[in-house]
Amino acid sequence: MRIAVCIKQVPNTEARLRVSRDGTWLEEDDLPFVINENDTFALEEGLKWAEATGGEVVVFSLGPDRVKDALLKALAVGAARAVHLADPAFLGGDALATGRALAAAIRREAFDLVLTGSQSDDLRFGGTGSIIAGHLGWPHVWLVMGVEVEAGHRTAKVTREMESGVNEISRVALPAVLEIQAGINHPRYASLKGIMAAKKKEISRPTPAELGLDAAAVGAAGSRLEVVSVAFPESGSGAQMLEGDVKTAVAALVEKLQKEARVL
Amino acid sequence: MSRFPGVDLLELDALLTDEERLVRDTVRTFVDDKVKPIIEECHREARTPLELVPEMGALNLFGASISEYGLPGLGGVAYGLIMQELERGDSGLRSFVSVQSSLVMYPIYAFGSQAQKDRWIPKLASGEAIGCFGLTEPDFGSNPGGMRTFAKRDGDGWVLNGSKQWITNGTLADVAVVWAKTDDGVRGFVVEKGTPGFTSSDQHGKFSLRASTTSELGFQDCRIPGDAILPGTTGLKNALMCLNQARYGIAWGGVGSAMETFHTALTYAKERVQFHGQPIASHQLIQEKLAWMATEISKGQLLCLQLGRLKDNGRLKHWHISMGKRNNIWLARECARIAREILGANGIVDDYPVIRHMLNIESVFTYEGTHDIHGLIIGEALTGIPAYNPPIRDEKPARRTEPAPAAAGARG
Repeated sequence: MRIAVCIKQVPNTEARLRVSRDGTWLEEDDLPFVINENDTFALEEGLKWAEATGGEVVVFSLGPDRVKDALLKALAVGAARAVHLADPAFLGGDALATGRALAAAIRREAFDLVLTGSQSDDLRFGGTGSIIAGHLGWPHVWLVMGVEVEAGHRTAKVTREMESGVNEISRVALPAVLEIQAGINHPRYASLKGIMAAKKKEISRPTPAELGLDAAAVGAAGSRLEVVSVAFPESGSGAQMLEGDVKTAVAALVEKLQKEARVL
Repeated sequence: MSRFPGVDLLELDALLTDEERLVRDTVRTFVDDKVKPIIEECHREARTPLELVPEMGALNLFGASISEYGLPGLGGVAYGLIMQELERGDSGLRSFVSVQSSLVMYPIYAFGSQAQKDRWIPKLASGEAIGCFGLTEPDFGSNPGGMRTFAKRDGDGWVLNGSKQWITNGTLADVAVVWAKTDDGVRGFVVEKGTPGFTSSDQHGKFSLRASTTSELGFQDCRIPGDAILPGTTGLKNALMCLNQARYGIAWGGVGSAMETFHTALTYAKERVQFHGQPIASHQLIQEKLAWMATEISKGQLLCLQLGRLKDNGRLKHWHISMGKRNNIWLARECARIAREILGANGIVDDYPVIRHMLNIESVFTYEGTHDIHGLIIGEALTGIPAYNPPIRDEKPARRTEPAPAAAGARG
């Protein structure tokens, strides 16, 4: 099977985050970036099925030059090659513009499956995968917790975890777009040999014109949603520390819940 | 899963190649995912985390500088970054990899016969076999040239007698690279586990490197075949070449340990609230400590990077390595102690990694060449005067009777 995996490079949330001067995004200057966590699971799922069926994974990402690090990492763990939508016209877009560009890049080749993470750790729109599927005209499943490609590679049984621990299993006709949840598998590490091999693999950088897209249809120009401001939530006040041993503290807590909060 | 964000105040990441960053990030993730969750328990139980060995083999962490036998052939900086990240996890774990790579695979690869290489390099690379390095003896640490272990020619083989102490992985090892005097000077030998007359036992009561096995090796009329000798060894200098490889990695390891204790202290200081609801990070005395650590770590990183570039250009001298090992283990020791202070009582319990690093680094401070001996190595490079062996008073002017110990201070 030929499998496309879309990955996004996001800030490492363990780092100190600062809002940028214009107040619409984070200060990226000294921010470390990583592959979005859900996407690492999508990549592993793609590699697993490519290996099981004798195919290959091509990895796609949209973003500035720094995204090359994420693509190299994907190549080091086993993707065959990468497509990087790095042209300035692609940047600064919402899920609609990003999905349109990625779908155009994916459509240039024949794939049996497109895998993405179900949402990104930075923006959490959770919409790009569905938009890609819309443009391709393929079925898609969100929040996927299990994939089983069936004999003949024409269909896949896909598990979704619903509320209250109920699993929904659906049979999806391929090609399809599956949006993967974290925890579905154990993403592999790049071996040092894999890293050495990665630098010899191809990373292509098509322009909007090469994808048959008008530059006004992608990136900031092609977006319908504008981020107005980004801010840290106000820290609350009024927290109370209950002193004493467990018995005393619990008694005090119950009294407060009854008399002050009136929830008991 | 907590992800270590790195300590890079001088933007030195920009000086690394893509490949070097990827290598560093892979080992960093491995340490966060697989080492940190188990290492405190290993330290408590005084247990080497052998369950990590096959995965470290699969990642090519053993013998990563070798480019034959399907190994990746990494450059000096990438190799150093591996050691940095492993020591951020634990000095004992880094010691395991240093011994396997620099003290066992390197001498077999550099001085071994084709048969020795073919037999051992693939197994050591995968972790299927574990190796140890026997140079230090109970009475000969900083002065390995005084060793008493002797290999005597006997027909077409050799007979080994003597003992080795402070040998990392001694009782775990399938194969030992043992240095012994012969009628023909010091030579290296490959001795296999189970050879009659070869015994090993563990050192107990350690308060440091508890997640690592430290042993004593004994050789009593131990007969080894003629082809057990490493044919490329001609003297003590070959053992010292191994130590140079290992010590180079330790210079990087020191930075890794310091990054971990600094990061722990910084995180703690921002969360720990005392006096008027303010985090202790708002206190001037705490900020000064953090600033000192961050500055010394940045200097240590620069030192390592230059050592690596010199190594890759074939210009690295042994006294450069001494400067790196001496400075960076010192800075790791200071950072561990300062972090301990900042954490207060929490600094002495293993809910945090600080006390473990603080105890570990005491070993590293004096193994692989003590801090002081490395100072003398730099001193000799500066003055041309070796000061390892001071003249004995009331005697004739000192005459050097033992090989120059520029190499001094071993460890297996």
